[in-house]
Amino acid sequence: MRKVMTGHKAVAEAMRQIEPNVVAVYPITPQSEIAEYYAEYVHNGLVSTELVPVESEHSAMSACVGASAAGARVMTATASQGLALMVEILYIAASMRLPIVMALANRALSGPINIHCDHSDAYLARDAGAIQIFAESAQEAYDYTLIAQRLAEHNQVRLPAIVNLDGFTLTHSVQVVEPLDDEPAKKFVGSYKPIYPLLDVDNPSTWGPFAMPDYYFELKRAQVAGIEAVPETFLEVQKEYEKATGRNYRGFFEAYQLEDAERVLVVMGSTAGTAKVAVDELRAAGEKVGLLKVWLYRPFPYAEVAEALSHVKQVAVLDRAISFGAQGALYSDIATAFAHRDRRPALFNYIYGLGGRDTTTEHLTQTLSELKSARPGEELRYIGLRE
Amino acid sequence: MPNIKTLAAREEKQARFAPGHSLCAGCAEPMVVRTILNAIEDPVVVANATGCLEVATSRYPGSSWNVPWIHSAFENVAATIAGVEAAYNALRRVGKVDRRIRFVAFAGDGGTYDIGLQSLSGALERGHDFLYVCLNNEAYMNTGVQRSSATPACASATTSPVGDAIPGKPQDRKDLTSIVAAHHVPYVAQASVANLIDLANKVERAMSYEGPKFINVHVTCPLGWRTKRDSAVPMAKLALETRYWPLYEVEEGRYKVNYKPKKDVPVEEWLKGQGRFRHLFKNPDLKSKIDDFQAAVDRNWDELLRKERWTQEDAPETP
Repeated sequence: MRKVMTGHKAVAEAMRQIEPNVVAVYPITPQSEIAEYYAEYVHNGLVSTELVPVESEHSAMSACVGASAAGARVMTATASQGLALMVEILYIAASMRLPIVMALANRALSGPINIHCDHSDAYLARDAGAIQIFAESAQEAYDYTLIAQRLAEHNQVRLPAIVNLDGFTLTHSVQVVEPLDDEPAKKFVGSYKPIYPLLDVDNPSTWGPFAMPDYYFELKRAQVAGIEAVPETFLEVQKEYEKATGRNYRGFFEAYQLEDAERVLVVMGSTAGTAKVAVDELRAAGEKVGLLKVWLYRPFPYAEVAEALSHVKQVAVLDRAISFGAQGALYSDIATAFAHRDRRPALFNYIYGLGGRDTTTEHLTQTLSELKSARPGEELRYIGLRE
Repeated sequence: MPNIKTLAAREEKQARFAPGHSLCAGCAEPMVVRTILNAIEDPVVVANATGCLEVATSRYPGSSWNVPWIHSAFENVAATIAGVEAAYNALRRVGKVDRRIRFVAFAGDGGTYDIGLQSLSGALERGHDFLYVCLNNEAYMNTGVQRSSATPACASATTSPVGDAIPGKPQDRKDLTSIVAAHHVPYVAQASVANLIDLANKVERAMSYEGPKFINVHVTCPLGWRTKRDSAVPMAKLALETRYWPLYEVEEGRYKVNYKPKKDVPVEEWLKGQGRFRHLFKNPDLKSKIDDFQAAVDRNWDELLRKERWTQEDAPETP
């Protein structure tokens, strides 16, 4: 049934249906309402979850690690500085192959302190070993929370997963969302089967050992196998989701008007919605423009993205964070995707929307238009910045 | 109350902490860890903060732990065990776990007094059912004897060296046991490697309570204290006799001092056996520092006795 709700509520509803054994969470704008909704579910007896209202995000992720290693299904949520505090332990969670699923209400990192959206928090956790998915809408945030749970817990994967949703734009705005009924949602997610849980006291296991140069390297290499199992599993789980719900999520990204496009925007998150309007407007004027919206950010689907963009003349890659001293993180991935290909589009890196700066349809139609005559180069270009 | 025979019999039946680890010769920690694990009858899950005990017992692919054990990071052992305990509660609720399991966290003084204090305070306040053990050897021994907030005044440590301008650590140690007691948890105690039966009794008493329990155990570090390798127990015993490290417990808010030395032994007796205080005895200008040290010990002891009197004698009768 279609309902009107915020992104917060959509994520909280998905969490209620998943009904993790443990939720350890700490408030931070613009995530707090997820924690608040979930606390209401717990305090009203709607879920059997043990809520751990920790004293920091560092402890949130630490408690998640303990609970997950103990054998529980575990979730959390955070934003910005909270993720920064979690990152130390997120690396450890990934190394222990713990399927902790979390919503990240994307918010700019300090400083200066800001509460609005950009992707600097997601980029900070880029190399942690967690799966990262970006949602365009509250609907996608809901659907991908369920999908992420299955993906993270898949026996070949067993990794933490982050579902990114743009702070305020998606978390606070009221949208039309069609959640599943409880029964099909619960059936899709299934039950969690832990391996070597700490609570199996008859078969004691040692978690988080000390590994020196003689073993550390091999253990990290073994971790690669987990993240390498993600793409195939991602497609599998999408297919099962489609079977269970009739919802069409196919592939690592959404290709919008891409087939015959000559100029293309590549974006992640809610800006894809704005980009679709910009593409529609230019298409109506006869321009061959399109959009590639990344869903699966980590692991990055290099070959598939390159394939999808190989016929394009110019690509504007939009990064919603600066990687100081380097090209934008998403741009670097797109450039890497073409490193071994002869046929490649001209690539342009645009930085946009930092700290919640609005990016409008006009900005994006202008970006697509200026690509025609733009000279390729490595300089960063900025959208919506007062110089 | 467990006696030495019960403890030995339990270890005989199943050694929860196995030999083969790489803790230093003369280190007090293994005795304490074995005593604690043997003093608990139920199955246990252990969480360990980064530190000597952790690195020396879990080098991949080996492990000294015959009980489920987890290490995550330095500052988060309380949050980690809190997560394990939360999982236990949740899985019991849905019928996936049916046995009684107990939870123990081990951390050093660095991981407890300093970097892990917030995590500990949070877990105490939330009321998780676990025992937190601080293995207090009074400095960051694992990383090379740097000063912590548990390091006593004047002690030489690698980040509070004895220099011409500043002779050792200028600040006094933090009273962590009182900070924990201020959380009003059911059981808080100080124990020592010098009295393992007292330690075992305290563990047993602690485990009779639901909720957070905390024991601060004084453990000699021959390397960091610069004492003889066979001195772990006698040095810790001197700390008891000189009242530098009082054995006491706070049971539901009531203080009880478990050992009151009959003789007044000056703290100098404990200080002089340790290389980290040698400068106090070599340099006549620093003689007054020993007096200051004694004054602090006396002050703490008197305060402790007052707390005992106040909470035992003047406390309202429990119905």
